[in-house]
Amino acid sequence: MNARFDPERRDFLRKSTLASGGLVLGLYLNAASTAAEQIAKASAMPRSGKFKPNAFIAISPDGVVTLVSKQPEMGQGVKTSLPMVIAEELEVNWKDVVIEQGNLDPAYGDQSAGGSRSTPTNYDEFRRLGATARTMLVEAAALTWKVPAGDCYAAESAVHHRPTKRRLGYGQLVAKAATLAVPEAKSVVLKDPADFKLLGKRIGGVDNPAIVSGKPLFGIDVKLPGMLYAVYEKSPVFGGKVISANLDAVRAMPGVRDAFVIEGTDDLRGLLPGVAIVADSTWAAFKARKQLQVTWDEGKFSNQSWAGFVALAAGLAKKQGATTLRKDGDVAAALAGAAKTVEAAYSYPFISHASMEPQNCTAWFRDGALELWAPTQNPAAAQNLVANALGIPKEKITLHIMRSGGGFGRRLSADFVAEAAAIAKRLAAPVKLTWSREDDLRHDHFRAGGFHFLRGGVDAKGKLTAWHNHFVTFANPVARAGKTTLQLGSGASLSGDEFPGRWLANCLLEQTPIECGVPMGPWRAPGSNVFAWVFHSFIDELAHAADRDPLEFRLEILGDKDFMPGTGERGQPYDVSRMRNALKQVAEKAGWGRKSLPRGQGQGIAFHYSHRGYVAEVAEISVSKDGTLKVDRVVVCADVGAQIVNLSGAENQAQGSILDAMSTLMSQELNLDRGRMVQGSFGDYPILRMPDATTKVEIHFLKTDNPVTGLGEPIFPPAAPAICNAIFAAIGKRVRQLPLSRNDLRWT
Amino acid sequence: MSKYSLNINGKVRHLDVAPDTPLLWVLRDTLDLPGTKFSCGTGDCGACTVLLNGVPTRSCMTPVSTIGRKHVTTIEGLDPKSAHPLQQAWLELDVPQCGYCQGAQILTAAALLKENPHPTDDEIDGAMAGNLCRCATYLRIRAGVHRAAEIASKKKGRS
Repeated sequence: MNARFDPERRDFLRKSTLASGGLVLGLYLNAASTAAEQIAKASAMPRSGKFKPNAFIAISPDGVVTLVSKQPEMGQGVKTSLPMVIAEELEVNWKDVVIEQGNLDPAYGDQSAGGSRSTPTNYDEFRRLGATARTMLVEAAALTWKVPAGDCYAAESAVHHRPTKRRLGYGQLVAKAATLAVPEAKSVVLKDPADFKLLGKRIGGVDNPAIVSGKPLFGIDVKLPGMLYAVYEKSPVFGGKVISANLDAVRAMPGVRDAFVIEGTDDLRGLLPGVAIVADSTWAAFKARKQLQVTWDEGKFSNQSWAGFVALAAGLAKKQGATTLRKDGDVAAALAGAAKTVEAAYSYPFISHASMEPQNCTAWFRDGALELWAPTQNPAAAQNLVANALGIPKEKITLHIMRSGGGFGRRLSADFVAEAAAIAKRLAAPVKLTWSREDDLRHDHFRAGGFHFLRGGVDAKGKLTAWHNHFVTFANPVARAGKTTLQLGSGASLSGDEFPGRWLANCLLEQTPIECGVPMGPWRAPGSNVFAWVFHSFIDELAHAADRDPLEFRLEILGDKDFMPGTGERGQPYDVSRMRNALKQVAEKAGWGRKSLPRGQGQGIAFHYSHRGYVAEVAEISVSKDGTLKVDRVVVCADVGAQIVNLSGAENQAQGSILDAMSTLMSQELNLDRGRMVQGSFGDYPILRMPDATTKVEIHFLKTDNPVTGLGEPIFPPAAPAICNAIFAAIGKRVRQLPLSRNDLRWT
Repeated sequence: MSKYSLNINGKVRHLDVAPDTPLLWVLRDTLDLPGTKFSCGTGDCGACTVLLNGVPTRSCMTPVSTIGRKHVTTIEGLDPKSAHPLQQAWLELDVPQCGYCQGAQILTAAALLKENPHPTDDEIDGAMAGNLCRCATYLRIRAGVHRAAEIASKKKGRS
């Protein structure tokens, strides 16, 4: 259907006056569905139809194209990459594009940024958005010239008439285009990817100029007239409550405006009980906090410790698991009949997200309505939590999405937003809550620790025949409808389908939770960030026990089938051919097994499927006699689908993932003692530093004919096992306990 | 409270704050220069780095009372047009991920390049070791410093 002037459909287009007096072409889309559905619905909507319109694209008469980025930006590059997808189909020069951060608005659909989902869930729809606007601009030019639209094409922010070489810039077409009906999504022709001009190129982050010149950009940079500054002290023991505090003494401190107790809720990941101090400046609030004395009811978790968990897990491992996740064949018989068996216990600690920008939020409560400025990955969840915790209707809560100084999953939680809101509700002025580094490390929603008790067997030919894993994990008590149940931590539950489940004739996977007060949350590649390490380390042990090449051993497990269906209704299928391809390619590109390495140097290999990405990696490392580890090179082969959106951003994510994995692997751990986290600074929770980041990271994106997927996470998981397997190859030391610093290994 | 006149980015700024207030909070809360970032408050991470008479300094550990006549340079004042070779290189190589630490990275690197216009990898690593980047953009930071050295030497050659 050609786009034609249709006065009945004017509702779907909105003309609004710019400051410059120009007109804006807006594609206003329906709420609560995908962008493509929104376009289709908008076209079909009767004139009087009720919908909440919203714009992703606006073009002004001077040719400036404004695109809205609906997803929060935290360093994953989405504020640049998704608008690139619109711009590609719109045939607009990137230099003509201005990107605006969208605030929380149901008209945009899902606005959470997590699980590497922003690209795969929006890619096709955003292409259609751009193509739809381009189609309308072409039609507007054709009507202006009174020529067939088929003789016209769009390129470089203009429509061109092929026979006469006439040209009209997009700005010149705005008035006409604004009178046209939105064509049906199905009628819009998408570009042939072979003709892409922008996608796949290296495009710098749109906020880079503001970043390198120090412009206010992040949540913590928000400043409002008359704004006050707050800190919030919570119980060092998880689940603790305030009994009393020296509020009068604190209120008498210089610059302090108020100090009060917030009762909070029992939800370990919600609004925690605590004491708020509100002052004229951040420093006055920080200083007053040093004088704060709180008596806590420490609750039932004050005797918990990591050492206690270790002992408990070892005991639980001897019993049957609480849940059987998978049972194929007869593991006991297979182990009894195996030519060789290996038994090993693997463990990893709780760790923190430790984003550079501590949690913070600015809140202003006025006339029963709340306005929030939050560096959040999940604005809708923040709005929900605040509404539930404070009894403010959702429609009375507006939220400005601020750039986050790192996310890694931490800001999918909204506890800090609820705290700022609860404090603001007591004040007649806007207030910015700033967490200290200690708050941030000790009151994280942590990556769960865990214990895996593994047994495996190989037959006389060295083939893997049996696999038994008893996974001892962690769960929090959650009150629901008057009953308290245990809820497994985020990323702390194993799927029965996780590799090598599904691939083996004899496989038993069991899971037992330990109840704890430590709040847990998604941490970059949840679950995968440790499961890949455990399983590919143990597979390596079995390969060596069988005296087999670790690559060949893995290829044999993957087998000849190209496709492995998921188990049960919610099971995820696994495209084995994609993983085999990634694994073979990485071996080829890294020169697997082709070099003879001296003792002290080694290669290790691992792969993992997560977040729709199939990734295989080879690490090359050196270990000196004193235990100094150097990761010399990591080769990555990643099949993340048919198109890399922004090559610069993609490579940055991949390099960052490898180095983040190294950082986590070497020395990150949080020790729980008497119910509280021990570490509280970058001094005792070390992050990788520049002199230890000398690794050569080689990234190969394998272009395959598969849907386009995200890159924030899937490169991360295989790095740790590849490095640990390389350590074994180099010096014969098998790392079964993280971090590496517990294995007499260190950086320079 | 005490009155201070500080030389910040080439301008004299007058303020009245508690003497123990760290320079970081003076910049961020009082003077509306939020390019200097708070992250740890203990000098471990380097996100709050400013230049004091050209020397990279942790502003979170520097009480305002100790600054006197020293010249303070923040990321906002590194170059009048934000076109320092490092800023150019950072844009060219798309160094940032989240970007939170990058202003401080650039200031630390600026001090290095002033002393040592063509640093080796090891010299860069040594100078930058105090500045954490949680996104671990270190490979691009190192490349960015090299690129900035190139840009600066070309500029010098032309002038």
